[in-house]
Amino acid sequence: MMPSRLYLLLFVTFLVLGLGLGAGLQPQYRAIEQQNRQSDNFFSLLFGDSSRLFANNFSVKADAYYHSGYYPTIFDNKKGFQTLHVAEDTGAVASHNAGGDDTGFMGPPRNWVDAFGRHFIPNRHSHLDEGGPTADARTAEEVGEILPWLKFSAELDPHNADTFVVIAFWLRTKMNDNTNAIDVLRDGLRHNPRDPELFFELARVYLEHYADTDRARNILDAALQQVEPKIAGRTPDQMDFDDRFRYEKIQMKLSELEEYIHNYPAAIDHLQKVKAVSPAPVDIQRHIEQLRQKMAAPAATNTPPR
Amino acid sequence: MKIIWAVAGVAVKELYRRKDFYVLFIVTILICLVMASVNVFDDRQVVRYIKELALLLIWISSLVIAITTAARQIPAEKEQRTLLPLLAKPLSRTQLLLGKFLGCWLACGLALVCFYIFFGALAASREHQWPVANYCEAAFLHWFALGVVIAMSLLGSLIFAAPSSNSTICFVVVATILCLARYLDTLATAMNEPLRSIVYAIYFLVPHLEWVYGMRNLIVHDWPLVEWRFVGQCILYLLTYMAVFLTAACLVFRRKPIN
Repeated sequence: MMPSRLYLLLFVTFLVLGLGLGAGLQPQYRAIEQQNRQSDNFFSLLFGDSSRLFANNFSVKADAYYHSGYYPTIFDNKKGFQTLHVAEDTGAVASHNAGGDDTGFMGPPRNWVDAFGRHFIPNRHSHLDEGGPTADARTAEEVGEILPWLKFSAELDPHNADTFVVIAFWLRTKMNDNTNAIDVLRDGLRHNPRDPELFFELARVYLEHYADTDRARNILDAALQQVEPKIAGRTPDQMDFDDRFRYEKIQMKLSELEEYIHNYPAAIDHLQKVKAVSPAPVDIQRHIEQLRQKMAAPAATNTPPR
Repeated sequence: MKIIWAVAGVAVKELYRRKDFYVLFIVTILICLVMASVNVFDDRQVVRYIKELALLLIWISSLVIAITTAARQIPAEKEQRTLLPLLAKPLSRTQLLLGKFLGCWLACGLALVCFYIFFGALAASREHQWPVANYCEAAFLHWFALGVVIAMSLLGSLIFAAPSSNSTICFVVVATILCLARYLDTLATAMNEPLRSIVYAIYFLVPHLEWVYGMRNLIVHDWPLVEWRFVGQCILYLLTYMAVFLTAACLVFRRKPIN
């Protein structure tokens, strides 16, 4: 039989070992906890990285709603849906949909089963902001139906800035909800500081809805600061497609802003920069000529550029 | 016919005595109400995501009710040893089977009425419109699709040993039809012979319940009414499959030893 003293010694040893391990591990646990605290979102905590997968699905769901349910499945030709139309139509996201047939991805009926089945599913292409399947333009604000899915998507993957941009665009353009649009963009910037897409969209809200040119210019400059290093020293062919698209649209918006306040030399300067990277330099040159003519003509009243 | 109605009446009473329907109905209501409480940028008109969820839950609930109710009809009579006394009365096996089918189908119809009234009320609370014709069309076709599922499940209950295995197989088959049947021909083209011919044959043989299931999208996104002639043709198609499964069930039941 072991003496009771031995038990006591073992007890004390294990107690010291336990407390020592606890004291040693606690700081490490805190550090891990701090790392994971990047997202306070319940779903991100629950699903981890797989929440991005769900977020992507929800974005696609929003696009399907935008088409009133007329949307390709994994068995259909998806070439025309590489970039979500709901994002593409905002003008803030570069499109990768070239060459795809988005209006007739179903093709001709394969057989009588397929032909008959098409009477019971959404069977023609339409956009919700253009009135949906009934093409009734009065129902254009029904585009708000896409927002729940985008909201869920943004909550699941707050690091996808495009989602915030798309939400803000539809809120301000079709639902006239500029306050919520700004809140969404600021929320996006909290998760994606210095994202040029978010800056650009925020500038558009201030410029197009509040005609706040100073604030819009500052924000566009901030966006430009993020994009310029990525294209510096590269020819248009060497530039990344998305970076080039961003640079072009930011310079274009700055040009519109300067034109709005009749600062034509600055507007022309921005247009020259657009011309250097644009795939349609002739059109830009034509615009420059128009501005030069305006410089000579007396000033007219302006509406905010859209 | 009176005898068939009498047997059907018993099956209908069984539905409202059991708790399945109430549980599914309350769960559907609760989930929809929780989802409806989500604030989407202060817009109280946004409703389609709730409609889609509600219709999905209605489909799942109705399939659970249809399959589980139909799958246990004959095995329960056997287990309780009431099948023999039943058949000792002036009641043929075909009449019993038809009575059971009719009872299950009517019971599902009653459940669907409750579900669709709730759905209509939920949608109207946000949309401030009530496209009754669209809902009736969808509910009516839904009911006929359930008829096919019930007939299939009854046939399964005579082939498979236990109701649980029959229910599971029926669920898998119906889920596969709803998700994949529309694309079986596309999948077949990517296969080698003889699998291609087999899959292609299955494509034309299976009841295309996904037609009716696809109508959810029309309801959710406020598409115009489907022309009634197509609805009529679809009902005829579904009735044919009901008849096929019921005839097969009657044939199996006639040769099956009762004890």
